[in-house]
Amino acid sequence: MSRINDVGGVVGFPAVVQEPDEPPFHADWEAHVFALNGALIKAGVYNLDEFRDAQERMDPQAHLAASYYERWFTAITTLLAEKGVATPAELGG
Amino acid sequence: MSSDHGSSAISERVRRVEALLEQRGVIAAGEVDRRIEEFLAGGSPANGARIVARAWVDDGFRDRLLADANAALPEVGLSMAGGIQEQRLKVVANSATEHHVLVCTLCSCYPIALLGPSPSWYKSEAYRSRVVRDPRGVLAEFGTTLPDDVRISVWDASAESRYMVLPVRPAGTGSLSETELAALVTRNGLIGTALL
Repeated sequence: MSRINDVGGVVGFPAVVQEPDEPPFHADWEAHVFALNGALIKAGVYNLDEFRDAQERMDPQAHLAASYYERWFTAITTLLAEKGVATPAELGG
Repeated sequence: MSSDHGSSAISERVRRVEALLEQRGVIAAGEVDRRIEEFLAGGSPANGARIVARAWVDDGFRDRLLADANAALPEVGLSMAGGIQEQRLKVVANSATEHHVLVCTLCSCYPIALLGPSPSWYKSEAYRSRVVRDPRGVLAEFGTTLPDDVRISVWDASAESRYMVLPVRPAGTGSLSETELAALVTRNGLIGTALL
């Protein structure tokens, strides 16, 4: 069964919006989330496929509502909890 | 940088998780900052442009690039092995009769080593869902209109396989040097949403 990320060919999405002179990250925390993920994969806490899976199994509504790096951070904290690196309370918002 | 409440809340949370992981020795102190610097200093469309310019001036390189891009990249000092895992690269050549465009319908796979960070539109549901169903319509939104008899191929990247477009060399550039040619190559040209 396809998941919410599998949007190829799905109808109903609007026109593509380009942002002129877009920066690589729109906020510092996005850069930190990006780098944190690389560091955790490098450290063997989880692998790239597990990371993608953790994003793809987000609640569909939450997935669509989240920004790109919010999805990344959700996946990171999901995996840190599942791997027993930290408790959900420690990772909580 | 945004300073609205939602953004500052997640910003604070990211900082806390990062500090916790450093404290527990899961990641080394300063590693995140080092990785950010490395990433921002790394790939940029200039890398892809260098490959394209070489392919325009050197037919042998062009043939090797199209046959096995991973093996050809070291000739211009580049590699697909710098990331989390080595990625297979396929370079697809535009011509008068065929146009190529890249997407990752499942997420955001992109040749970062050669093009740098991907633009938000590349990661958007709008682009990912529609370019495979209506490439001509999406290209038109980028101001790119192709004759009806030009065949369009859409390449869907994955975690293991990345693609890059080799654009058509613009007419009237016969006298330009390789460096001058590279300066003509744009990011969207390498993705296939623009012509040069």
